[in-house]
Amino acid sequence: MSKNTTLQQIQSAIQSGDLTCVELVNTYLAQIQKTSDLNAYVEVFEEEAIAKAKALDTKYKNDPTSVGKLFGMVVSIKDVLCYKDHQVTGASKILEDFTSLYSATAIERIVNEDAIIIGRVNCDQFGMGSTNENSVYGVTKNGIDPTKVPGGSSGGSAVSVQMDTCLVSLGTDTGGSVRQPAGFCGVIGLKPTYGRISRYGLLAYASSFDQIGIISKSVENIATILEVMAGADEFDSTVSSKLVPNYIQELDFDTNKKVKIAYFDTALNHPSIDPEIKDQTTQLIEKIKGEGHTVEAVPFEYLDYIIPAYYVLTTAEASSNLSRYDGIRYGHRSKAATNLEETYKMSRTEGFSTEVKRRIMLGTFVLSAGYYDAYYGKAQKVRRLIQDRTNEILNDYDFILMPVAPTTAWDLGQSLEDPVAMYLADIFTVQANMTGMPAIALPIGTHSSGLPIGVQLMNKHFGESELLSISKYLINLLK
Amino acid sequence: MKIDKSLISRIEHLARLQLSDTERTQIQGDLNNILEMVSKLDELNTDGIEPLVYMSDTVNSFRPDEVTNQVERSDALKNAPDSNEQFFKVPRVM
Repeated sequence: MSKNTTLQQIQSAIQSGDLTCVELVNTYLAQIQKTSDLNAYVEVFEEEAIAKAKALDTKYKNDPTSVGKLFGMVVSIKDVLCYKDHQVTGASKILEDFTSLYSATAIERIVNEDAIIIGRVNCDQFGMGSTNENSVYGVTKNGIDPTKVPGGSSGGSAVSVQMDTCLVSLGTDTGGSVRQPAGFCGVIGLKPTYGRISRYGLLAYASSFDQIGIISKSVENIATILEVMAGADEFDSTVSSKLVPNYIQELDFDTNKKVKIAYFDTALNHPSIDPEIKDQTTQLIEKIKGEGHTVEAVPFEYLDYIIPAYYVLTTAEASSNLSRYDGIRYGHRSKAATNLEETYKMSRTEGFSTEVKRRIMLGTFVLSAGYYDAYYGKAQKVRRLIQDRTNEILNDYDFILMPVAPTTAWDLGQSLEDPVAMYLADIFTVQANMTGMPAIALPIGTHSSGLPIGVQLMNKHFGESELLSISKYLINLLK
Repeated sequence: MKIDKSLISRIEHLARLQLSDTERTQIQGDLNNILEMVSKLDELNTDGIEPLVYMSDTVNSFRPDEVTNQVERSDALKNAPDSNEQFFKVPRVM
Protein backbone atom coordinates (compact mmCIF):
# COMPACT_ATOMS: atom_id res chain seq x y z
CA MET A 1 0.00 0.00 0.00
CA SER A 2 1.28 3.43 -0.85
CA LYS A 3 1.80 6.08 1.76
CA ASN A 4 -1.36 8.09 1.33
CA THR A 5 -3.80 5.34 0.50
CA THR A 6 -7.42 6.36 0.54
CA LEU A 7 -10.37 4.15 1.30
CA GLN A 8 -11.58 4.68 -2.26
CA GLN A 9 -8.32 3.21 -3.59
CA ILE A 10 -8.65 0.21 -1.30
CA GLN A 11 -12.25 -0.31 -2.37
CA SER A 12 -11.26 -0.13 -6.05
CA ALA A 13 -8.48 -2.64 -5.48
CA ILE A 14 -10.97 -5.01 -3.85
CA GLN A 15 -13.44 -4.43 -6.65
CA SER A 16 -10.89 -5.24 -9.34
CA GLY A 17 -9.90 -8.40 -7.51
CA ASP A 18 -6.37 -7.22 -6.65
CA LEU A 19 -7.02 -7.22 -2.91
CA THR A 20 -9.20 -8.93 -0.31
CA CYS A 21 -10.07 -7.76 3.18
CA VAL A 22 -8.18 -10.73 4.61
CA GLU A 23 -5.02 -9.77 2.70
CA LEU A 24 -5.47 -6.20 3.85
CA VAL A 25 -5.83 -7.16 7.51
CA ASN A 26 -2.85 -9.52 7.27
CA THR A 27 -0.70 -6.74 5.83
CA TYR A 28 -1.61 -4.48 8.75
CA LEU A 29 -1.09 -7.28 11.30
CA ALA A 30 2.39 -7.92 9.87
CA GLN A 31 3.14 -4.22 10.15
CA ILE A 32 1.92 -4.17 13.78
CA GLN A 33 4.26 -7.06 14.49
CA LYS A 34 7.16 -5.34 12.74
CA THR A 35 6.73 -2.09 14.67
CA SER A 36 5.84 -3.61 18.04
CA ASP A 37 8.94 -2.06 19.66
CA LEU A 38 7.24 1.31 19.43
CA ASN A 39 4.51 0.06 21.79
CA ALA A 40 1.60 1.67 19.97
CA TYR A 41 -0.88 -1.13 20.59
CA VAL A 42 -1.99 -2.31 24.00
CA GLU A 43 -4.15 -5.04 22.49
CA VAL A 44 -4.43 -6.38 18.95
CA PHE A 45 -7.77 -7.95 18.01
CA GLU A 46 -6.02 -10.32 15.63
CA GLU A 47 -8.35 -13.32 15.31
CA GLU A 48 -11.43 -11.19 15.41
CA ALA A 49 -10.17 -8.83 12.70
CA ILE A 50 -9.32 -11.75 10.42
CA ALA A 51 -12.72 -13.36 11.06
CA LYS A 52 -14.50 -10.12 10.28
CA ALA A 53 -12.41 -9.65 7.13
CA LYS A 54 -13.33 -13.18 5.98
CA ALA A 55 -17.00 -12.52 6.59
CA LEU A 56 -16.80 -9.24 4.71
CA ASP A 57 -15.04 -10.84 1.74
CA THR A 58 -17.86 -13.38 1.51
CA LYS A 59 -20.52 -10.73 1.91
CA TYR A 60 -18.94 -8.69 -0.86
CA LYS A 61 -18.57 -11.68 -3.15
CA ASN A 62 -22.24 -12.55 -2.74
CA ASP A 63 -23.44 -9.00 -3.28
CA PRO A 64 -21.02 -6.09 -3.77
CA THR A 65 -23.78 -3.60 -2.98
CA SER A 66 -24.44 -5.12 0.43
CA VAL A 67 -21.31 -3.80 2.15
CA GLY A 68 -21.18 -0.63 4.26
CA LYS A 69 -19.59 2.73 3.53
CA LEU A 70 -16.44 1.87 5.46
CA PHE A 71 -15.88 -1.49 3.78
CA GLY A 72 -12.11 -1.92 3.61
CA MET A 73 -11.32 0.60 6.34
CA VAL A 74 -9.13 -0.80 9.12
CA VAL A 75 -9.18 1.31 12.28
CA SER A 76 -7.31 1.42 15.59
CA ILE A 77 -9.04 2.94 18.62
CA LYS A 78 -7.62 4.83 21.57
CA ASP A 79 -7.90 3.00 24.88
CA VAL A 80 -10.57 5.41 26.14
CA LEU A 81 -13.30 4.36 23.70
CA CYS A 82 -15.75 1.65 24.71
CA TYR A 83 -16.15 -1.28 22.32
CA LYS A 84 -18.68 -3.86 23.52
CA ASP A 85 -17.15 -7.01 25.02
CA HIS A 86 -13.63 -5.59 24.69
CA GLN A 87 -11.40 -4.22 27.38
CA VAL A 88 -10.98 -0.50 27.89
CA THR A 89 -8.70 0.85 30.61
CA GLY A 90 -7.87 4.49 29.85
CA ALA A 91 -4.25 3.27 30.20
CA SER A 92 -4.90 3.09 33.95
CA LYS A 93 -4.65 0.50 36.68
CA ILE A 94 -8.01 1.51 38.12
CA LEU A 95 -9.76 0.04 35.05
CA GLU A 96 -7.55 -3.05 34.75
CA ASP A 97 -9.63 -5.94 33.38
CA PHE A 98 -12.65 -3.73 32.71
CA THR A 99 -14.81 -4.96 29.84
CA SER A 100 -17.21 -2.60 28.06
CA LEU A 101 -20.90 -3.46 28.33
CA TYR A 102 -21.70 -1.35 25.30
CA SER A 103 -20.00 0.36 22.37
CA ALA A 104 -19.43 4.08 22.08
CA THR A 105 -21.85 5.57 19.55
CA ALA A 106 -18.94 6.45 17.24
CA ILE A 107 -17.63 2.86 17.40
CA GLU A 108 -21.11 1.40 16.90
CA ARG A 109 -21.59 3.52 13.79
CA ILE A 110 -18.30 2.65 12.12
CA VAL A 111 -18.72 -1.07 12.88
CA ASN A 112 -22.21 -0.95 11.39
CA GLU A 113 -20.65 0.48 8.22
CA ASP A 114 -18.23 -2.47 8.08
CA ALA A 115 -15.05 -0.86 9.42
CA ILE A 116 -12.68 -3.43 10.94
CA ILE A 117 -11.27 -2.55 14.33
CA ILE A 118 -7.79 -4.00 14.56
CA GLY A 119 -6.85 -3.09 18.11
CA ARG A 120 -6.78 -0.58 20.90
CA VAL A 121 -3.87 1.80 21.13
CA ASN A 122 -1.86 3.38 23.90
CA CYS A 123 -2.45 6.87 25.33
CA ASP A 124 -1.81 9.01 28.37
CA GLN A 125 -3.92 7.90 31.31
CA PHE A 126 -7.51 9.12 30.81
CA GLY A 127 -6.14 11.46 28.13
CA MET A 128 -4.06 13.39 30.65
CA GLY A 129 -0.66 14.14 29.18
CA SER A 130 1.10 15.46 26.10
CA THR A 131 3.73 12.74 25.63
CA ASN A 132 2.09 9.31 26.03
CA GLU A 133 4.49 8.68 28.93
CA ASN A 134 1.68 8.66 31.48
CA SER A 135 0.41 5.15 30.71
CA VAL A 136 0.41 1.87 32.66
CA TYR A 137 1.53 0.23 29.45
CA GLY A 138 4.70 2.31 29.24
CA VAL A 139 5.59 4.93 26.69
CA THR A 140 4.82 4.75 22.97
CA LYS A 141 7.80 5.85 20.89
CA ASN A 142 7.82 8.06 17.84
CA GLY A 143 8.41 5.95 14.72
CA ILE A 144 10.47 8.66 13.04
CA ASP A 145 12.91 8.76 15.95
CA PRO A 146 12.34 6.30 18.81
CA THR A 147 14.25 8.51 21.25
CA LYS A 148 11.41 11.04 20.93
CA VAL A 149 7.87 11.06 22.30
CA PRO A 150 5.00 10.64 19.84
CA GLY A 151 3.06 13.39 21.59
CA GLY A 152 -0.12 12.81 23.49
CA SER A 153 -2.46 11.97 24.72
CA SER A 154 -3.44 10.04 21.56
CA GLY A 155 0.19 9.00 20.97
CA GLY A 156 -0.61 5.37 20.14
CA SER A 157 -3.19 6.53 17.61
CA ALA A 158 -0.70 8.79 15.84
CA VAL A 159 2.02 6.14 15.72
CA SER A 160 -0.40 3.44 14.55
CA VAL A 161 -1.21 5.63 11.53
CA GLN A 162 2.37 6.86 11.07
CA MET A 163 3.61 3.25 10.82
CA ASP A 164 0.81 2.14 8.44
CA THR A 165 -0.64 -0.39 10.88
CA CYS A 166 -4.16 0.83 10.05
CA LEU A 167 -5.79 3.33 7.73
CA VAL A 168 -7.40 5.51 10.38
CA SER A 169 -7.19 5.85 14.14
CA LEU A 170 -9.77 7.30 16.50
CA GLY A 171 -8.37 9.40 19.30
CA THR A 172 -9.84 12.00 21.62
CA ASP A 173 -8.91 15.65 21.91
CA THR A 174 -9.46 17.66 25.10
CA GLY A 175 -6.70 20.23 24.64
CA GLY A 176 -4.84 19.07 21.55
CA SER A 177 -4.57 15.34 22.17
CA VAL A 178 -5.27 14.43 18.54
CA ARG A 179 -3.61 17.38 16.76
CA GLN A 180 -0.37 17.57 18.76
CA PRO A 181 0.58 13.86 18.33
CA ALA A 182 -0.47 14.09 14.66
CA GLY A 183 1.91 17.05 14.35
CA PHE A 184 4.73 15.26 16.19
CA CYS A 185 4.30 12.18 13.99
CA GLY A 186 3.82 13.88 10.61
CA VAL A 187 0.22 12.78 9.99
CA ILE A 188 -3.15 14.56 9.80
CA GLY A 189 -5.36 15.01 12.87
CA LEU A 190 -8.83 16.52 13.06
CA LYS A 191 -10.66 17.67 16.15
CA PRO A 192 -14.24 18.27 15.07
CA THR A 193 -16.54 20.89 16.60
CA TYR A 194 -17.59 20.21 20.18
CA GLY A 195 -20.82 18.23 19.90
CA ARG A 196 -20.28 17.08 16.29
CA ILE A 197 -19.65 13.47 17.38
CA SER A 198 -21.40 11.85 20.32
CA ARG A 199 -19.25 11.38 23.42
CA TYR A 200 -21.30 8.42 24.57
CA GLY A 201 -18.86 5.64 25.42
CA LEU A 202 -15.82 7.92 25.69
CA LEU A 203 -14.22 7.71 29.14
CA ALA A 204 -14.80 11.30 30.24
CA TYR A 205 -11.90 13.58 31.15
CA ALA A 206 -13.35 17.10 30.81
CA SER A 207 -16.88 16.91 29.44
CA SER A 208 -17.14 20.43 28.05
CA PHE A 209 -13.84 19.98 26.15
CA ASP A 210 -13.68 16.30 25.10
CA GLN A 211 -14.28 15.40 21.50
CA ILE A 212 -13.50 12.29 19.48
CA GLY A 213 -10.91 13.08 16.82
CA ILE A 214 -9.59 11.35 13.73
CA ILE A 215 -6.01 10.63 12.62
CA SER A 216 -5.07 9.47 9.12
CA LYS A 217 -2.64 10.19 6.31
CA SER A 218 -5.34 11.39 3.95
CA VAL A 219 -8.00 14.05 4.30
CA GLU A 220 -10.38 11.86 2.27
CA ASN A 221 -10.33 9.13 4.91
CA ILE A 222 -11.00 11.64 7.65
CA ALA A 223 -13.95 13.07 5.72
CA THR A 224 -15.37 9.61 5.09
CA ILE A 225 -15.30 8.39 8.68
CA LEU A 226 -16.37 11.74 10.13
CA GLU A 227 -19.55 11.60 8.11
CA VAL A 228 -20.36 8.16 9.50
CA MET A 229 -19.72 9.08 13.15
CA ALA A 230 -21.19 12.59 13.30
CA GLY A 231 -24.72 13.61 14.15
CA ALA A 232 -27.52 13.40 16.69
CA ASP A 233 -27.45 10.65 19.29
CA GLU A 234 -30.08 9.84 21.88
CA PHE A 235 -27.36 8.88 24.38
CA ASP A 236 -25.56 12.25 24.42
CA SER A 237 -27.71 15.30 25.03
CA THR A 238 -24.83 17.68 24.24
CA VAL A 239 -24.36 16.37 20.72
CA SER A 240 -25.63 18.61 17.94
CA SER A 241 -28.60 17.57 15.82
CA LYS A 242 -27.33 19.77 12.97
CA LEU A 243 -27.46 17.99 9.64
CA VAL A 244 -24.26 16.14 8.78
CA PRO A 245 -22.89 17.36 5.41
CA ASN A 246 -21.53 15.04 2.76
CA TYR A 247 -17.93 15.85 3.59
CA ILE A 248 -16.45 13.84 0.70
CA GLN A 249 -18.56 15.65 -1.87
CA GLU A 250 -17.58 19.00 -0.41
CA LEU A 251 -13.89 18.17 -0.33
CA ASP A 252 -12.82 19.81 -3.56
CA PHE A 253 -11.54 23.31 -3.07
CA ASP A 254 -12.82 25.80 -5.61
CA THR A 255 -9.58 27.29 -6.91
CA ASN A 256 -11.40 30.41 -8.10
CA LYS A 257 -12.32 31.12 -4.52
CA LYS A 258 -10.01 33.32 -2.49
CA VAL A 259 -9.95 32.85 1.26
CA LYS A 260 -9.01 35.14 4.15
CA ILE A 261 -6.78 33.64 6.79
CA ALA A 262 -5.77 35.21 10.09
CA TYR A 263 -2.68 34.45 12.13
CA PHE A 264 -1.39 35.81 15.41
CA ASP A 265 1.92 37.64 15.58
CA THR A 266 1.98 36.74 19.26
CA ALA A 267 1.96 33.07 18.29
CA LEU A 268 4.62 33.21 15.58
CA ASN A 269 6.84 35.35 17.78
CA HIS A 270 6.11 33.50 20.99
CA PRO A 271 9.23 33.10 23.17
CA SER A 272 8.70 29.34 23.28
CA ILE A 273 8.66 28.83 19.50
CA ASP A 274 11.41 26.97 17.64
CA PRO A 275 12.87 29.31 14.97
CA GLU A 276 12.56 26.68 12.23
CA ILE A 277 8.86 26.23 13.00
CA LYS A 278 8.40 29.96 12.74
CA ASP A 279 10.29 30.03 9.42
CA GLN A 280 8.36 27.19 7.85
CA THR A 281 5.05 28.65 8.99
CA THR A 282 6.03 32.02 7.54
CA GLN A 283 7.03 30.37 4.27
CA LEU A 284 3.67 28.63 4.13
CA ILE A 285 1.92 31.95 4.70
CA GLU A 286 3.86 33.50 1.81
CA LYS A 287 3.02 30.58 -0.41
CA ILE A 288 -0.70 30.89 0.33
CA LYS A 289 -0.52 34.62 -0.35
CA GLY A 290 1.23 33.85 -3.62
CA GLU A 291 -1.90 31.99 -4.70
CA GLY A 292 -3.92 35.17 -4.30
CA HIS A 293 -5.40 34.50 -0.88
CA THR A 294 -5.32 36.96 1.97
CA VAL A 295 -3.27 36.06 5.03
CA GLU A 296 -3.05 38.74 7.71
CA ALA A 297 -1.77 39.13 11.22
CA VAL A 298 -4.52 39.98 13.68
CA PRO A 299 -4.16 40.91 17.33
CA PHE A 300 -5.14 38.25 19.84
CA GLU A 301 -4.47 39.41 23.34
CA TYR A 302 -5.47 36.24 25.18
CA LEU A 303 -2.85 33.75 23.97
CA ASP A 304 -1.03 33.54 27.31
CA TYR A 305 -4.27 33.25 29.29
CA ILE A 306 -5.53 30.16 27.49
CA ILE A 307 -3.43 27.55 29.28
CA PRO A 308 -4.04 28.86 32.83
CA ALA A 309 -7.81 28.98 32.25
CA TYR A 310 -7.74 25.59 30.56
CA TYR A 311 -6.03 23.85 33.49
CA VAL A 312 -8.47 25.27 36.01
CA LEU A 313 -11.52 24.21 33.99
CA THR A 314 -10.36 20.79 32.79
CA THR A 315 -9.02 19.68 36.15
CA ALA A 316 -12.27 20.79 37.81
CA GLU A 317 -14.27 18.71 35.36
CA ALA A 318 -11.82 15.83 35.70
CA SER A 319 -12.06 15.77 39.49
CA SER A 320 -15.81 15.43 39.15
CA ASN A 321 -15.77 12.93 36.25
CA LEU A 322 -13.15 10.69 37.83
CA SER A 323 -15.05 10.47 41.12
CA ARG A 324 -16.90 7.55 39.52
CA TYR A 325 -13.79 5.39 39.93
CA ASP A 326 -14.36 4.34 43.51
CA GLY A 327 -13.61 0.61 43.49
CA ILE A 328 -17.22 -0.38 44.20
CA ARG A 329 -19.06 -1.35 41.02
CA TYR A 330 -16.12 -1.90 38.69
CA GLY A 331 -12.41 -1.39 38.44
CA HIS A 332 -9.57 -1.88 40.87
CA ARG A 333 -10.39 -2.38 44.57
CA SER A 334 -7.58 -2.19 47.09
CA LYS A 335 -6.99 -5.43 48.92
CA ALA A 336 -5.58 -3.57 51.91
CA ALA A 337 -8.75 -1.61 52.66
CA THR A 338 -10.83 -2.69 55.66
CA ASN A 339 -13.75 -0.26 55.58
CA LEU A 340 -15.70 1.75 53.03
CA GLU A 341 -13.78 5.00 53.25
CA GLU A 342 -10.47 3.19 53.00
CA THR A 343 -11.84 1.31 49.99
CA TYR A 344 -12.48 4.58 48.18
CA LYS A 345 -9.23 6.19 49.16
CA MET A 346 -6.86 3.27 48.75
CA SER A 347 -8.40 1.96 45.52
CA ARG A 348 -8.17 5.40 43.93
CA THR A 349 -4.67 6.05 45.24
CA GLU A 350 -3.41 2.70 43.94
CA GLY A 351 -5.34 2.96 40.67
CA PHE A 352 -4.43 6.45 39.40
CA SER A 353 -1.06 7.67 38.15
CA THR A 354 0.63 10.66 39.75
CA GLU A 355 -0.36 12.94 36.86
CA VAL A 356 -4.01 11.96 37.22
CA LYS A 357 -3.86 12.48 40.98
CA ARG A 358 -2.23 15.88 40.45
CA ARG A 359 -5.09 16.95 38.20
CA ILE A 360 -7.77 15.56 40.50
CA MET A 361 -6.17 17.43 43.41
CA LEU A 362 -6.01 20.71 41.47
CA GLY A 363 -9.59 20.29 40.27
CA THR A 364 -10.84 19.49 43.74
CA PHE A 365 -9.09 22.58 45.06
CA VAL A 366 -10.50 25.00 42.47
CA LEU A 367 -14.01 23.68 43.11
CA SER A 368 -13.76 23.71 46.90
CA ALA A 369 -15.61 26.14 49.15
CA GLY A 370 -13.81 29.44 49.42
CA TYR A 371 -11.83 29.06 46.19
CA TYR A 372 -14.57 28.33 43.65
CA ASP A 373 -15.22 31.92 42.53
CA ALA A 374 -11.60 32.99 42.49
CA TYR A 375 -10.50 30.10 40.28
CA TYR A 376 -13.31 28.16 38.63
CA GLY A 377 -15.70 31.09 38.19
CA LYS A 378 -12.88 33.33 37.00
CA ALA A 379 -11.70 30.78 34.43
CA GLN A 380 -15.23 30.37 33.05
CA LYS A 381 -15.38 34.12 32.48
CA VAL A 382 -12.01 34.08 30.77
CA ARG A 383 -13.31 31.24 28.61
CA ARG A 384 -16.13 33.57 27.49
CA LEU A 385 -13.64 36.34 26.62
CA ILE A 386 -11.56 33.91 24.57
CA GLN A 387 -14.59 32.52 22.76
CA ASP A 388 -16.02 35.98 21.99
CA ARG A 389 -12.73 37.24 20.59
CA THR A 390 -12.20 34.08 18.54
CA ASN A 391 -15.73 34.39 17.12
CA GLU A 392 -15.00 38.00 16.21
CA ILE A 393 -11.88 36.99 14.30
CA LEU A 394 -13.70 34.18 12.51
CA ASN A 395 -16.47 36.56 11.47
CA ASP A 396 -13.86 38.53 9.52
CA TYR A 397 -11.68 35.63 8.40
CA ASP A 398 -12.32 32.14 7.04
CA PHE A 399 -9.62 30.44 9.10
CA ILE A 400 -7.07 30.98 11.83
CA LEU A 401 -3.63 29.55 11.08
CA MET A 402 -1.17 28.58 13.81
CA PRO A 403 1.67 26.18 14.45
CA VAL A 404 0.52 22.92 16.08
CA ALA A 405 3.08 23.19 18.85
CA PRO A 406 5.98 25.52 19.64
CA THR A 407 8.53 22.72 19.22
CA THR A 408 8.95 19.39 17.47
CA ALA A 409 8.62 16.11 19.40
CA TRP A 410 10.77 16.27 22.51
CA ASP A 411 13.03 13.65 24.10
CA LEU A 412 11.56 10.75 26.05
CA GLY A 413 11.58 11.58 29.75
CA GLN A 414 12.17 15.29 29.23
CA SER A 415 8.78 16.54 30.41
CA LEU A 416 8.34 14.28 33.41
CA GLU A 417 10.16 16.60 35.78
CA ASP A 418 8.17 19.74 35.18
CA PRO A 419 4.41 19.45 34.61
CA VAL A 420 3.97 23.19 34.11
CA ALA A 421 6.43 23.19 31.19
CA MET A 422 4.51 20.29 29.63
CA TYR A 423 1.19 22.11 30.11
CA LEU A 424 2.50 25.28 28.43
CA ALA A 425 3.46 23.31 25.32
CA ASP A 426 -0.27 22.98 24.52
CA ILE A 427 -0.45 26.74 23.94
CA PHE A 428 -1.59 26.59 20.30
CA THR A 429 -3.99 23.67 20.42
CA VAL A 430 -6.09 24.51 23.47
CA GLN A 431 -7.89 27.49 21.92
CA ALA A 432 -10.04 25.18 19.75
CA ASN A 433 -11.20 23.25 22.83
CA MET A 434 -11.75 26.38 24.90
CA THR A 435 -14.05 27.70 22.18
CA GLY A 436 -15.50 24.40 20.91
CA MET A 437 -14.25 25.10 17.39
CA PRO A 438 -12.99 22.53 14.89
CA ALA A 439 -9.28 22.44 14.09
CA ILE A 440 -6.97 20.31 12.00
CA ALA A 441 -3.23 19.61 12.12
CA LEU A 442 -1.40 19.05 8.83
CA PRO A 443 2.25 18.13 8.17
CA ILE A 444 4.03 20.94 6.32
CA GLY A 445 7.68 20.03 6.45
CA THR A 446 10.65 18.61 8.24
CA HIS A 447 12.88 20.20 10.86
CA SER A 448 16.67 20.00 10.44
CA SER A 449 16.52 17.38 13.21
CA GLY A 450 14.48 15.19 10.86
CA LEU A 451 11.29 15.56 12.90
CA PRO A 452 8.00 16.63 11.33
CA ILE A 453 6.60 20.15 11.57
CA GLY A 454 2.87 20.74 11.42
CA VAL A 455 0.48 23.61 10.92
CA GLN A 456 -2.96 24.02 12.40
CA LEU A 457 -6.09 25.57 10.94
CA MET A 458 -9.14 26.46 12.97
CA ASN A 459 -12.61 27.34 11.74
CA LYS A 460 -16.05 28.39 12.98
CA HIS A 461 -18.33 25.94 14.75
CA PHE A 462 -19.42 23.17 12.37
CA GLY A 463 -17.04 24.38 9.66
CA GLU A 464 -15.53 20.92 9.10
CA SER A 465 -16.31 20.92 5.36
CA GLU A 466 -14.33 24.10 4.70
CA LEU A 467 -11.55 22.92 7.01
CA LEU A 468 -11.18 19.60 5.19
CA SER A 469 -11.35 21.19 1.77
CA ILE A 470 -8.70 23.82 2.51
CA SER A 471 -6.56 21.08 4.05
CA LYS A 472 -6.70 19.07 0.86
CA TYR A 473 -5.85 22.21 -1.11
CA LEU A 474 -2.87 23.08 1.11
CA ILE A 475 -1.50 19.54 1.00
CA ASN A 476 -1.56 19.70 -2.79
CA LEU A 477 0.00 23.15 -2.73
CA LEU A 478 2.90 21.83 -0.64
CA LYS A 479 3.58 18.88 -2.92
CA MET B 1 -2.20 31.85 47.18
CA LYS B 2 -0.05 29.11 48.72
CA ILE B 3 -1.26 25.60 49.38
CA ASP B 4 0.13 24.52 52.73
CA LYS B 5 0.27 21.14 54.42
CA SER B 6 -3.12 21.33 56.10
CA LEU B 7 -4.86 22.47 52.92
CA ILE B 8 -3.27 19.68 50.89
CA SER B 9 -4.57 17.15 53.42
CA ARG B 10 -8.05 18.66 53.22
CA ILE B 11 -8.08 18.47 49.41
CA GLU B 12 -6.76 14.93 49.62
CA HIS B 13 -9.70 13.90 51.77
CA LEU B 14 -12.22 15.69 49.54
CA ALA B 15 -10.76 13.89 46.52
CA ARG B 16 -10.78 10.57 48.41
CA LEU B 17 -7.07 10.04 47.92
CA GLN B 18 -4.42 8.97 50.38
CA LEU B 19 -1.06 10.14 49.11
CA SER B 20 2.29 8.91 50.34
CA ASP B 21 4.52 11.50 52.01
CA THR B 22 6.74 11.77 48.95
CA GLU B 23 3.80 12.09 46.58
CA ARG B 24 2.12 14.64 48.85
CA THR B 25 5.22 16.86 48.99
CA GLN B 26 5.67 16.56 45.23
CA ILE B 27 2.04 17.36 44.42
CA GLN B 28 1.98 20.23 46.92
CA GLY B 29 4.95 21.77 45.11
CA ASP B 30 3.40 21.15 41.72
CA LEU B 31 0.05 22.66 42.72
CA ASN B 32 1.80 25.78 43.97
CA ASN B 33 3.67 26.09 40.67
CA ILE B 34 0.45 25.59 38.74
CA LEU B 35 -1.41 28.18 40.84
CA GLU B 36 1.39 30.62 40.19
CA MET B 37 0.83 30.08 36.47
CA VAL B 38 -2.93 30.42 36.98
CA SER B 39 -2.54 33.72 38.84
CA LYS B 40 -1.97 35.26 35.41
CA LEU B 41 -5.75 35.26 35.02
CA ASP B 42 -5.96 38.00 37.66
CA GLU B 43 -4.52 40.41 35.09
CA LEU B 44 -7.78 40.21 33.15
CA ASN B 45 -10.74 42.32 34.16
CA THR B 46 -13.76 40.03 34.01
CA ASP B 47 -16.30 42.28 35.76
CA GLY B 48 -19.73 41.81 34.25
CA ILE B 49 -18.63 38.93 32.01
CA GLU B 50 -21.09 36.06 31.80
CA PRO B 51 -19.31 32.78 32.66
CA LEU B 52 -19.19 30.36 29.73
CA VAL B 53 -20.64 27.13 31.09
CA TYR B 54 -22.36 25.24 28.30
CA MET B 55 -20.60 24.60 25.03
CA SER B 56 -23.60 23.41 23.04
CA ASP B 57 -26.43 25.66 21.94
CA THR B 58 -29.03 22.98 22.59
CA VAL B 59 -31.33 24.35 25.29
CA ASN B 60 -33.35 21.37 26.41
CA SER B 61 -32.99 17.96 24.96
CA PHE B 62 -36.23 16.20 25.83
CA ARG B 63 -37.11 12.56 25.48
CA PRO B 64 -40.23 10.61 26.47
CA ASP B 65 -40.25 9.64 30.13
CA GLU B 66 -39.85 5.95 29.46
CA VAL B 67 -37.49 3.39 30.88
CA THR B 68 -34.94 2.51 28.19
CA ASN B 69 -31.34 1.45 27.82
CA GLN B 70 -31.31 -0.90 30.78
CA VAL B 71 -28.43 -3.17 31.63
CA GLU B 72 -29.06 -6.79 32.62
CA ARG B 73 -28.22 -7.44 36.26
CA SER B 74 -25.71 -10.14 35.34
CA ASP B 75 -23.98 -7.74 32.92
CA ALA B 76 -23.90 -4.96 35.46
CA LEU B 77 -22.21 -7.26 37.96
CA LYS B 78 -19.68 -8.59 35.45
CA ASN B 79 -17.02 -5.98 36.19
CA ALA B 80 -17.58 -5.88 39.96
CA PRO B 81 -14.52 -6.46 42.14
CA ASP B 82 -16.81 -8.28 44.61
CA SER B 83 -20.43 -9.36 44.21
CA ASN B 84 -22.91 -12.14 44.74
CA GLU B 85 -25.62 -13.11 42.22
CA GLN B 86 -27.69 -10.09 43.13
CA PHE B 87 -25.62 -7.30 44.59
CA PHE B 88 -22.30 -5.48 44.62
CA LYS B 89 -20.51 -6.33 47.84
CA VAL B 90 -18.69 -3.64 49.81
CA PRO B 91 -16.65 -3.72 53.02
CA ARG B 92 -18.43 -3.06 56.30
CA VAL B 93 -19.94 0.41 56.44
CA MET B 94 -20.59 0.49 60.19
